[in-house]
Amino acid sequence: MTRALILGACLSILVLLAAALSFVWTPFDHTSLDIPNKLQSPNLTNWLGTDHFGRDILSMLMVGARTSIAVALVAVGIGIVLGVPLGLWAAARKGSWLDEVIMRGNDLIFAFPSLVIAILITAILGAGAVNAIIAIGIFNIPVFARVARGAALPVWEREFILAARVAGKNGLRISVEHILPNIANLLIVQGTIQFSLGILAEAGLSYVGLGAQPPIPSWGRMLADAQTLVALAPHMALMPGITIILTVLGLNLLGDGLRDYFDPKLRVSRV
Amino acid sequence: MLRYVLKRLISLILSLAVASVVIFAIIEVAPGDPASFMLGVNAREDTLLALRSELGLDVSKWQRYLDWVGGMLVGDFGTSYQYRTPVSEMVADRLWVSLPLALYALALSTAIAIPAGIFAAARRGGAGDITVMGATQLGVAIPNFWFAMMLVLVFAINLRWFSAGGFVGWDEGLFAGLKSLTLPAVALALPQAAILARVMRSALLDVLGEDFMRTARAKGLTARQALWRHGLRNALIPVLTILGLQFAFLIAGGIIIEQVFYLPGLGRLIFQSISARDLIVVESVVMLLVFAVIMVNFLVDLTYAFVDPRLRLRT
Repeated sequence: MTRALILGACLSILVLLAAALSFVWTPFDHTSLDIPNKLQSPNLTNWLGTDHFGRDILSMLMVGARTSIAVALVAVGIGIVLGVPLGLWAAARKGSWLDEVIMRGNDLIFAFPSLVIAILITAILGAGAVNAIIAIGIFNIPVFARVARGAALPVWEREFILAARVAGKNGLRISVEHILPNIANLLIVQGTIQFSLGILAEAGLSYVGLGAQPPIPSWGRMLADAQTLVALAPHMALMPGITIILTVLGLNLLGDGLRDYFDPKLRVSRV
Repeated sequence: MLRYVLKRLISLILSLAVASVVIFAIIEVAPGDPASFMLGVNAREDTLLALRSELGLDVSKWQRYLDWVGGMLVGDFGTSYQYRTPVSEMVADRLWVSLPLALYALALSTAIAIPAGIFAAARRGGAGDITVMGATQLGVAIPNFWFAMMLVLVFAINLRWFSAGGFVGWDEGLFAGLKSLTLPAVALALPQAAILARVMRSALLDVLGEDFMRTARAKGLTARQALWRHGLRNALIPVLTILGLQFAFLIAGGIIIEQVFYLPGLGRLIFQSISARDLIVVESVVMLLVFAVIMVNFLVDLTYAFVDPRLRLRT
């Protein structure tokens, strides 16, 4: 257990707990307006201050965490559910035309400027959390396909795969019963990293108004609201920004830490 | 080498073809007819029909796709529905903002990241390494548009060194132009620099473990000499790949930063065209961006193969 792993796990769990807590309790109602009390700096009543409508920023951040987590999590889910089988399939048929088609298709998705396409998709299909998930999720598919294939190929060379073949199992059963458990570690690490990237992407999309729509709070839109008021109430921009940074930092540290934990001999930093 | 180039060229053309189909298909499912959008709800049916045929919307999908792709091949990107000006002219104007911004950011990020990466690798495990790596962890986690807002708060609003947004234009002179691109470029560059510094460090660490580095030390070079003469050159190969990817990202990735600073670049053009349902502009600009990304990757691959003979022999 490295310090990075512990710090990362603590930060990630903290955000998860805050999001979970928001279902039953927040310091204030995150939707209730209190205009006389607007733009308050952090104080004893409103710990992180209030926004231009007098809404409590801490409460909004807690509820907004649910949006960020939900969008990023489902986007990672799309990547795993569609990408991992593709990668395993390509690995099982290594060198065949199928492998070639799957991997070239992946290269192609990589070549698209993901942010531009995500903006295009949400702009065309309509802004909203669901379309943001689709736009982010599509770009997770080639990531997981590539990781799964790359990790599966060396496993296919191992003796126990040969034994499974001799026992009469076909490629599908070997992939599911023997390859998948052996590459699960790597998939978890990649999942953590994609999760953090998803949170950043969601924040970017909702910042430009294409993510979750009001009244659903989201960190990115809080920043968009803060922009014109940044001179007057810097805390409106600082608080969501710091929240995003700590969340992403926590997930990245967790991913790095898990990688080292699963594979101590591979203590190379993530790039 | 020729075989390798040819193979990459075919895959380049295929990628572009598929990309154009995908982009066309996304735009096709867009709800709303540009002609009725332009004329409003009270438009007469015959005016609508006339405008549709003028915009080239009355032919079949296949015909429209072929017209679009065929036009692009000869440099005709279509005509904006909204402004009735050729898209190529609009793009050329905006490119004078987006391209210098991307280059500026790339230069900044390289100037920060390469020394930082070398510094960290040379002091592996030491305090300097841990500091640099910690800083890069932070750099990767910071959303660049938030960082941009903080830069505006500090350097434009409080210190008044720069303007908070807008672009003065190159007519005001090179310095004035660069000055108004400085904050956006810094905002774009720092998160990129964090990634690049990590690549630089790990590439250098990989090279330091190679046999030829031991040989270099054995023939009497100091650690520093070996690092500069043999280590760096070999470590630059993966750095080059990432640099290519980052450049491509910066052209397209400026899209949100341009929103923050109200810069009249390609990103804002896309946003404005989407909200005006000027779909031909969206279509062509996105295709251009994809083309730029694919092209840069292609060139990087070629350079890579040129530098490293093993790569071109393998394929």
